[in-house]
Amino acid sequence: MTDLTRKTAVELAELMTSGQASSVEITQAHLDRIAAVDGAVQAFLHVDTEGALAQAAEVDRKRGAGEQLGPLAGVPLALKDVLTQEGVPTTAGSKILEGWKPPYDSTVVKRLRSAGIVILGKTNMDEFAMGSSTENSAYFTTHNPWDLGRIPGGSGGGSSAAVAAYEAPLAIGTDTGGSIRQPGAFTGTVGVKPTYGGTSRYGLIALASSLDTPGPCARTTLDTALLHEAIAGYDPMDSTSIKQDVPPVVDAARRADVNGLRIGVVKELGGEGYQPGVEARFHESVELLTKLGAEVVEVSCPHFQYALPAYYLILPSEASSNLAKFDAMRYGLRVGDDGVNSAEKVMSLTREAGFGDEVKRRIMLGTHALSSGYYDAYYGQAQKVRTLIQRDFANAYEQVDVLVSPATPTTAFPIGDRADDPIAMYKNDLCTIPVNLAGNAAASFPCGLADEDDLPVGFHVMAPVMRDDLLYQVGSALEAALAEQWGGVLMAQAPELEVTR
Amino acid sequence: MTVDVLEIGDALAQYDPVMGLEVHVELNTKSKMFCGCPTVFGAPPNTQTCPVCLGLPGALPVVNARAVESAIKIGLALNCEIAEWCRFARKNYFYPDMPKNFQTSQYDEPIAYNGWTEVAVPSGDGGTEFYRIEIERAHMEEDTGKSTHVGGATGRIHGASHSLVDYNRAGIPLIEIVTKTIEVPAEKAAAVARAYVSMLRDLLLALDVSDVRMDQGSLRCDANVSLKPKGSPVLGTRTETKNVNSFRSVERAITYEITRQAAVLSSGGKVVQETRHWHEDTGITTSGREKSDAEDYRYFPEPDLVPVAPSREWVEEIRSSLPEAPSLRRVRLQEAWSFTDLEMRDVVNGNALEPIVKTVELGVTPAAAKKWWLGELARAANESGQDLDALGVGPAEVAEVQKLVDAGSLNDKLARQVFDGLVKGEGTPAEIIEKRGLALVSDDSALIEAIDRAIAANPDVVEKVNSGKPAAAGALIGAVMKDMRGQADAAKVRELLNAKLGI
Amino acid sequence: MAGSGRNQPVILRNQLDQFMPSITREEVAHLARLARIELTDAELDHLAPQLDQIIALVGQVSQVAADDIPPTSHALPITNVMRPDENVPCLTPEQALAGAPAAEEQRFRVPRILEED
Ligand SMILES: [Mg+2]
Ligand SMILES: [Zn+2]
Repeated sequence: MTDLTRKTAVELAELMTSGQASSVEITQAHLDRIAAVDGAVQAFLHVDTEGALAQAAEVDRKRGAGEQLGPLAGVPLALKDVLTQEGVPTTAGSKILEGWKPPYDSTVVKRLRSAGIVILGKTNMDEFAMGSSTENSAYFTTHNPWDLGRIPGGSGGGSSAAVAAYEAPLAIGTDTGGSIRQPGAFTGTVGVKPTYGGTSRYGLIALASSLDTPGPCARTTLDTALLHEAIAGYDPMDSTSIKQDVPPVVDAARRADVNGLRIGVVKELGGEGYQPGVEARFHESVELLTKLGAEVVEVSCPHFQYALPAYYLILPSEASSNLAKFDAMRYGLRVGDDGVNSAEKVMSLTREAGFGDEVKRRIMLGTHALSSGYYDAYYGQAQKVRTLIQRDFANAYEQVDVLVSPATPTTAFPIGDRADDPIAMYKNDLCTIPVNLAGNAAASFPCGLADEDDLPVGFHVMAPVMRDDLLYQVGSALEAALAEQWGGVLMAQAPELEVTR
Repeated sequence: MTVDVLEIGDALAQYDPVMGLEVHVELNTKSKMFCGCPTVFGAPPNTQTCPVCLGLPGALPVVNARAVESAIKIGLALNCEIAEWCRFARKNYFYPDMPKNFQTSQYDEPIAYNGWTEVAVPSGDGGTEFYRIEIERAHMEEDTGKSTHVGGATGRIHGASHSLVDYNRAGIPLIEIVTKTIEVPAEKAAAVARAYVSMLRDLLLALDVSDVRMDQGSLRCDANVSLKPKGSPVLGTRTETKNVNSFRSVERAITYEITRQAAVLSSGGKVVQETRHWHEDTGITTSGREKSDAEDYRYFPEPDLVPVAPSREWVEEIRSSLPEAPSLRRVRLQEAWSFTDLEMRDVVNGNALEPIVKTVELGVTPAAAKKWWLGELARAANESGQDLDALGVGPAEVAEVQKLVDAGSLNDKLARQVFDGLVKGEGTPAEIIEKRGLALVSDDSALIEAIDRAIAANPDVVEKVNSGKPAAAGALIGAVMKDMRGQADAAKVRELLNAKLGI
Repeated sequence: MAGSGRNQPVILRNQLDQFMPSITREEVAHLARLARIELTDAELDHLAPQLDQIIALVGQVSQVAADDIPPTSHALPITNVMRPDENVPCLTPEQALAGAPAAEEQRFRVPRILEED
């Protein structure tokens, strides 16, 4: 039989419906692949071999019994370790949660289960999703399958690397400032940040509540759309969930048509500081879309330049409060409980020992930004900038249907390159952050390799609230046109990973 | 620890107290503020928790609609404006009994604000004085868990080796009602504070938004007190006394703080701005946490909850469903019950209004209900230093006793003994009657024997009666009742005696 | 030390600098106490200048004239999301306590608490 791990989710589903492969076989093939390559890639924090095979067997049983199953039933998936799964270790990449097994499923996991999707395990991430490289994981750094000396992006580097390394055809990430799209761009995969409130945050270990959005990762646009449809939709457990039907993302991905679509190139996202190879691939893609019938214009969003500073006030402020619960009292790590130390002391010692540098930096920054005397100048002003960025988007969407930009200013950088330069690291997310502040939908689609380093470049598409379908419309059209040029998908150009056992 | 205090009289001669009261009310919703866990008091520890109220990573809150409705009810009943749009905020501070280490509360956007209410306190001359209390705000928030301190001598936090936390109470909806500064004549301050809390209790019960069991902590009062020298416009440093959990202790704690602060000030000292704790047993307050500048709650709008924007239609619908205002209701009840102003005042001041309403509803006449609640039970409560509703005697027991009186199986004197037994926890009325042997003698032959003995022993009285003075027979009735040790129905005795004497 | 922050290019400095000094080591230590993190001296030395740089970056928000702009706290203008007052099943006490570092008498055992709240 051909290598099952090279198949798309759609192809795997066909193999199962036609009886050519079982979910157990497919799941086992991916578990084998993980065993073979994850020593080098290090995408997984925890592989749930038994649980995955049991889920797969259950799907096979249901299929055998003639039950009606969802389009992705039996397909394996890698889950970012920031979403709770009952009884399975969930750490958010932090030592402070080492060994914690949640007593409940996140809504995303509930929906994956009801779709019959098989969860292989939990993927590595920057601690509490604070980072753009997975170097801030308390456990280890994930390596980019395109070049093992480079980072895979972050915070969801584990999920994207797992997909790029053929360890899983599907993965779930969460995007607070680009944590799905930036690793997608760096690993040559598709990463989608749905509209805020379009996917439920219930069971997502919060980084910044007003920004966090779970979303799908895969190697193709259609696979991503199918996963998007499986996890999205109103959830009464999340007060910020949108009570509307899921946008028709799968139809849009199948349609692959941009004829007549108005596309705006954001003037402020490009130019100085952008890697030439990134700009080259981006502009070629824009041209390609023009050829496919899209109307392309330049659009200005003058307040985007303030998105980064506003983001680094809003995020740390919310995070400093969200992470207060990690205090050694009810779950997780406890340090210094010698019978003499007070609760207050034990909290402080535990948080000192359990949090990494970046987490401490952001907690301190957020504590500062919210403290009395600074609130108006920092948090209050950042919220006003947020309003201005929303208005920039609203104005732009009056002129065009979608906005586009490079997903990142550069390609994946070498491990260790920016590890102790927080500001250089923050600038990775220049293009992705404005969307999070506004709550819009956005995605990164692979659009080629940069000439300088032969590393993947991401094409960033932004769409209005609850028009996630437009992302897939653009992404699938671009994907089809590029595949024609390349004679296959971009991932086919990735170097073979050395297989170790 | 001994603390110097001034005599209250001396204190009030030199200083005017300025008060503010913060009352936390636990709502009687079925589920918690932000999750579906039950709110039953006294359940085994940690049996009413879920990922949300335990603050587990990933869990999210969703607002309880009935809690919002109750908040609006309370706001309207306190003549507040109801916000057209308001948000929850996070109040950030670390404490082991607070699962998220922030309290989801309301900060600068309370759901109800700018209200007022009125309380009645007895005036020196037997009349009633009314004081208007301005309400700053009533806002929604959540309760914390409960810690038990282990290893210390008294179960107190001080000296404990560790603590045990039960999160059943964590997340129960609270409404915090905050007054504006209360300035009343110095000697009235403590009584006004007590009357205010007592009025709130009645109001909340009437609104059916809380059980208001002070003994279970479902109404908790924090009292801010400061003193200013007589005639001075300058406000003093205030303390916040916590844990004041009965009507009496509201009055006692405020009086204590006035006398303590007066002693500090008059000896040239400075009052420290701090939280103080009221100790019911010793009747003093002790120093808690100092309110330093380090106290920085870093409030910000709760991103996990969306704004609450009660429609005006909803607010008006709630307004139209409110029970009548307590002051109007008092007037109506006084008329219906034919009580004098003085009687009504005693009833209100004795906290006996609600019990009497309930007792009358059970078929007892207002006069009889008043007699038992005010004459017996309020007196007993006062003697034992308890609030009336903590006595363990309810309207049902009072109605039961009165029924026995009406049926002739008890007289008032015996009924008093039954109430005494009830207060002492000796059982149900029937059990007490049985145990104490309180039933009236209804056996005619025993009564007739006693009558015969009375007639034989008092020939002079019999002669008076026979000589046309039937009123003299009263002395014979007294003698019979005495002979029967009071356990006879006086009317029955009169009937039998009259028959015997032929009158 | 905080001094390294002063070497930042002037262009990153915000107007607030005139009356709001960059963050000092002492302020960082105060924040650490507020945030209940027992930072080591070495960390304080390392963190204070980094925070100073980051604060210079984020301080750029003050360059945006936005006096009349309403703040946005929530991405979307949703209001009035409420649930009916109904009970749903709880965790069992065993589940609730499963992750506890220490438990006793079906309660979470925590170190002695210094201050009453
Ligand atoms: Mg409060
Ligand atoms: Zn709960």
